[in-house]
Amino acid sequence: MHLVPCPWCGERHESEFAYAGEKKSPRPLDAGSLADDVWIDYVIGRANPRGVTREKWWHVRGCGLMFSIERDTRSHEFVAGSAEAPR
Amino acid sequence: MQRYSIFSLLRNALSYHEGWERAWRAPELKPAYDVVIIGAGGHGLACAYYLARDHGITNVAVLERGWLGGGNTGRNTTTIRSNYLRDESIKFFDASVQLYEELSRELNINIMFSQRSQVDVIQTWPKLRDLRRRSMASELQGADYRLISTEEVYRRIPILADLQRSRLPVIGGAVQERAGVARHDAIAWGYARQADAAGVEIHQNTEVTGIARSPRGEVTGVETNRGAVRAGKVAIVVAGNTTQVAAMAQLRLPIQSYNLQAFVSEPIKPVVHVQVNCPDAGMYVSQSDKGELLAGGAIDQASSFRQTPRYSVLEDAVTALIEMFPIFRRVKLMRQWGGTIEFAYDASPIISKTPVPGLYVSCGWWGGFKAIPIGGRTLAYTVARDEPHPLNAPYSLQRFDRLNFLMEPGTVTNR
Repeated sequence: MHLVPCPWCGERHESEFAYAGEKKSPRPLDAGSLADDVWIDYVIGRANPRGVTREKWWHVRGCGLMFSIERDTRSHEFVAGSAEAPR
Repeated sequence: MQRYSIFSLLRNALSYHEGWERAWRAPELKPAYDVVIIGAGGHGLACAYYLARDHGITNVAVLERGWLGGGNTGRNTTTIRSNYLRDESIKFFDASVQLYEELSRELNINIMFSQRSQVDVIQTWPKLRDLRRRSMASELQGADYRLISTEEVYRRIPILADLQRSRLPVIGGAVQERAGVARHDAIAWGYARQADAAGVEIHQNTEVTGIARSPRGEVTGVETNRGAVRAGKVAIVVAGNTTQVAAMAQLRLPIQSYNLQAFVSEPIKPVVHVQVNCPDAGMYVSQSDKGELLAGGAIDQASSFRQTPRYSVLEDAVTALIEMFPIFRRVKLMRQWGGTIEFAYDASPIISKTPVPGLYVSCGWWGGFKAIPIGGRTLAYTVARDEPHPLNAPYSLQRFDRLNFLMEPGTVTNR
């Protein structure tokens, strides 16, 4: 069983959550003025690291909170205390 | 090279099978090659073989961090099929099925290609629409994939549960008659043996730690744990770890790695004679020649390099298996394992030259086993001529330059 630490609910079963991808930098406001390769890298580029990475998780079958958290892609372990939720 | 035949088997039986030659050599690493292929899995070895056979390039080294065929070539569920949706994909994968049909003779090794057909069991109307569309696309390309009735599904899979009064009754099916399974090790070994006989060198336990480039940016070779190797051309064929190896050449690719798992049961009498795919239940199963049920389900939902099974996902797949086949409820599982697969942004593979001159990549494989012969052959063409073969031109990296996606729903079987 795999537990995901939701900042609001505490540790809950993984099946309540949806993985929502790598946490990326904020969406550029002036996308139209960016060079094509910069914009395309923002849209489809992936860091895909072998190790700790910050991701978005959505407690969709729970409190509904979307938050970001660090996780190790080699072990699937979440980094304790790394969850951040928008205020 | 020693040919395998009934006569060589008999001859060697007389000497208690102690006289067999090694299937490939273990030579010293040379300081330079024309082409270095990183990764001795199915695609890398096939590429080496077709470089020698089709293009006469034999000064080739295949470098492998672990052992030959020990990555996804040895971890997949060996499904070979071509029931894709896009015209480009159907042509590509159908060409692969055709190469598989000749492969035992071509490689002089029994790959045990058993074209037992794949039956998709349809339980929802959206899936029926989806597969009807795919069957029509196949018909346009001359590939065999067609819808069948519920009665025909039960005729082909007699032990399928009676689901007609359940929440998701069987409402139809689809079949590809030429789909099948093959012995994965034999494919890696067969390509390795023939490539070696043609002069290609295979170096196991040789980990690439860096990609060397000239000041102008061209690839000049690789650094390994056994020293530097110069090469005019380098191909990255490292299923699962492409992001990490491509980063050695400052190349960033739109791919993400996931953990896909499979499991086998204890051997039982033959009861399933086709490959069964249940996209609505989320599971696929076939029975091996040894009698084991070989099954798999979904991927882990988040990106992963773990290469181990995960209980929650395994539980879902087993639940689906028992739901579709209650007869298996007391069968024990013997082994379960995971492999790192890759998903390109549009779910189609990438076989391409890259912005780095002299660097080629074959990646984004999810179900790459079925594509080994054609993937290796088109990659060899691309490496030898520095331009894509017509079959892999749609899979070039440049498609992402204009977000020209080749969205492919046929990549994933279980949903």
